Amino acid sequence: MIALSDYLILSSIVFCIGLAGIFINRTNIIMLLMCVELILAAVNTNFIAFSYYGGDLAGQIFVFFILTVAAAEVAIGLAILTLMFRSRGSIDIDVTNTLKG
Amino acid sequence: MMITSRNTAKAALFLILTFFSAASLWLLLEAEFLAITLILIYVGAVMVLFMFVIKMLDTDQSTLRAQFTRYLPLGIFVSIIVIAQIVLVLNAGQFDIAMTGIPEKHDASYSNITAIAEQLYTLYVYPFELAAILLLIAIIAAITLVHRNESRSKKQNISEQINVQAKDRMRIVSIKPKSAKESK
Repeated sequence: MIALSDYLILSSIVFCIGLAGIFINRTNIIMLLMCVELILAAVNTNFIAFSYYGGDLAGQIFVFFILTVAAAEVAIGLAILTLMFRSRGSIDIDVTNTLKG
Repeated sequence: MMITSRNTAKAALFLILTFFSAASLWLLLEAEFLAITLILIYVGAVMVLFMFVIKMLDTDQSTLRAQFTRYLPLGIFVSIIVIAQIVLVLNAGQFDIAMTGIPEKHDASYSNITAIAEQLYTLYVYPFELAAILLLIAIIAAITLVHRNESRSKKQNISEQINVQAKDRMRIVSIKPKSAKESK
């Protein structure tokens, strides 16, 4: 039977893969958004594992809200991405430095 | 596999694979509602949106790949450090993780959806409605962001309509009457 620590170690590994993905693909905003999704999936797995082994259903409710917020975030992020591509012609993060002082 | 993929579309497909395996893990943890929600919402909606945007914005991959090897050691280094820290903390025995026994399985009459719904509509009803409002705001924000300054829109420009001059709208063309020979 799978123990709680196995789930925690697996989700930490997935979390760190997402983190490394943010470091590696830091010029591509689509990849950044997908890595954030990967990190959220890892955190949700943590929540559900604790909810199952702790016998408390609040973790699953919290995962439900995380899914909601992540869906909204992806929708707005991709809309901003489309706008940026339309105005700049690129989604390279190095082009987005017009706000620097 | 996902983060090192050369193609962004392939990376999105690998992310879908990851979501499927995460959903199967959640099924093992008796969170059936959330597993099905993950597949329906993420694989069905969010990743389709990602694929649309990836295919719509045909990015130049060669310039993106040039930066790849620059940050590769840093990324691997940071992730190894964080994994080592988490594993050390988990094995330290601070949280009595090993003592947490495996909970007994629910019988067949137990419904995960019913249990979640009972909690969601009683204890967490205000956060639930807040989530609904948040989704509405997200819809409106996404639509207004993309449709701003749309050239096809039929919005009226009042000052332009008032200040219009006759020469802007009407063009006087002098046409010579055709002679009888040419009309034959």
